[in-house]
Amino acid sequence: MTIAIETIGLTKSFGETRAVDGIDLRIRHGSVYGLLGPNGAGKTTTIRILATLLKPDSGTASVLGHDVVRQAAAVRQKVSLTGQYASVDEDLTGHENLVLVGRLVGLRWSQAKERASELLDAFGLADAAKRQVRAYSGGMRRRIDIAASLVATPEVLFLDEPTSGLDPRSRNQVWDIVRAIAAQGATVLLTTQYLEEADRLAERLAVIDKGRLLAEGTSRELKASVGGSAIHVRLKRPEQQAEAKDLITKTLGNGILPSSSAATVSARIADTGQAAEILTALAHRGIAVGEFTLGSPSLDDVFFALTGHAAVEAPEDDP
Amino acid sequence: MTSDAIPSPGSGDAIGRILSIRNRPRDPGALSAVLTLAWRAMLKIKHVPFQLFDVTAFPIMFTLLFTFLFGGALEGSPRAYVQYLVPGILVQTVVFLTVYTGVGLNTDITKGLFDRFRSLPMWQPAPVLGALAGDLFRYSLASAIVLVVGLILGFRPRGGPAGVLLAVALIIVFGLCLSWLWIIIGMLVKSPESVMTTSFLFLMPLTFASDIFVKISTMPAWLQVIVGHNPVTRLATASRGLIHGQDVGSDILWVLVASAAIVAVAAPVAMRMYHRER
Repeated sequence: MTIAIETIGLTKSFGETRAVDGIDLRIRHGSVYGLLGPNGAGKTTTIRILATLLKPDSGTASVLGHDVVRQAAAVRQKVSLTGQYASVDEDLTGHENLVLVGRLVGLRWSQAKERASELLDAFGLADAAKRQVRAYSGGMRRRIDIAASLVATPEVLFLDEPTSGLDPRSRNQVWDIVRAIAAQGATVLLTTQYLEEADRLAERLAVIDKGRLLAEGTSRELKASVGGSAIHVRLKRPEQQAEAKDLITKTLGNGILPSSSAATVSARIADTGQAAEILTALAHRGIAVGEFTLGSPSLDDVFFALTGHAAVEAPEDDP
Repeated sequence: MTSDAIPSPGSGDAIGRILSIRNRPRDPGALSAVLTLAWRAMLKIKHVPFQLFDVTAFPIMFTLLFTFLFGGALEGSPRAYVQYLVPGILVQTVVFLTVYTGVGLNTDITKGLFDRFRSLPMWQPAPVLGALAGDLFRYSLASAIVLVVGLILGFRPRGGPAGVLLAVALIIVFGLCLSWLWIIIGMLVKSPESVMTTSFLFLMPLTFASDIFVKISTMPAWLQVIVGHNPVTRLATASRGLIHGQDVGSDILWVLVASAAIVAVAAPVAMRMYHRER
């Protein structure tokens, strides 16, 4: 196994805050790797250190065998970063932005223009090529931003929250793009607050909270570490959630998992017999059940089990 | 995914084809990077011509306003005063415009564009120098406008075109050097608006406590000391001298030394801050 990215004991503080507090990562070459954690967990700081934008306070980090501090220029040769905010010039057109990056990575004018057009075609932005980025939708901005990161084919691509703030349709488009990039053998390190996103894209995940790495593995491994299977109950009347939680806690002894919305209750169970018990108890108490599913724990469950709080504050139903 | 009216991203195949081209080229040379970023600055002007408003409207306004407002009182007539004023207004115009270097830089930082620049394998001072190259155009344009308005109002440079060109060149050199101070401020403060406010805190006294509008001999003695040591006074005196064909060698030298001193101190500080993490 070739390692593309490795960090050992990485730390970084901003004033009193330890943004990154001893993170060890080993990321396989050619894989999609997810850094999963809530806002302020230290994901962005980690990715900025790896992209040579920040210097770590202690610990080491290397990308493709190059130290990110001592051999920063060599690292910049091989990586691309797509930041949280579209790092393109809003005043320029999509085409001009890509030509600009093309020139700055060393392409000749003619090559840069050709590459810009190719990328705009591939990203479905050909029609918007001559419009200022200012006029782009959120999804289009994200695509032009990712396209800008691919002007020179990177060996390692850093994507910082590539889908935050996007509508589901644009998010799916970005997912398709990430998969296409990964299929070409590039190593992709992405950060996300969305467990579903990490689950769908990343081969392996690191769960980060308050600058520390809490768990690492495939999403299957992480789910297995929580153990058992789970039931998810959607209530017809959300106001009964507290009552339902009480009842289920009493029935099982423990095992309540964080709810992903005000109308659901999730719980870990040891066997399917307990599921039947819960259903009976709920019916007995007059709590109407809209939907009842039995499955393995979700990454939300994993995150809660590891951190004691939900991944995203103010959880909402994902469409 | 179904795609309808909204353009959808191309197939994964198309992106795959793009990426299969292993085109990591050689790093761009320093000059090529600077020129590319200067090209960007010109594109911004092309797309947002409104940003030239400051460059065009203010010089016209200031020249007209001060000529007719003070002309009679200070020199007997607007036409007499405009001979004194135009070289000074050139200075004031360019010196005010230097603020936009800091504002533009701060905008690039807050928008995340500098993250992209800093993660590219190019000569790292290029974005700053490219911005300065764009400023060169703005300063030249603003200077030309002041001169044209002045000529219409009766301004007649006795030093001829050569004197005027030299004066403009000297003012622009000073402006480009002064910009480094606002580049530092652009990296220190949080928003483009604060760059503006902070810089004008320095610029207002710097331009008004000078002999741009009024002869130094008319001021109280204590103010003459302050005004006499203001680099803007030296620059205005040197420009007037060049434009009207007087010998101002010592003032020119003084301005050049001051410009060099500003860059010698501010540029290394600015570049250190630029490399420093944010």
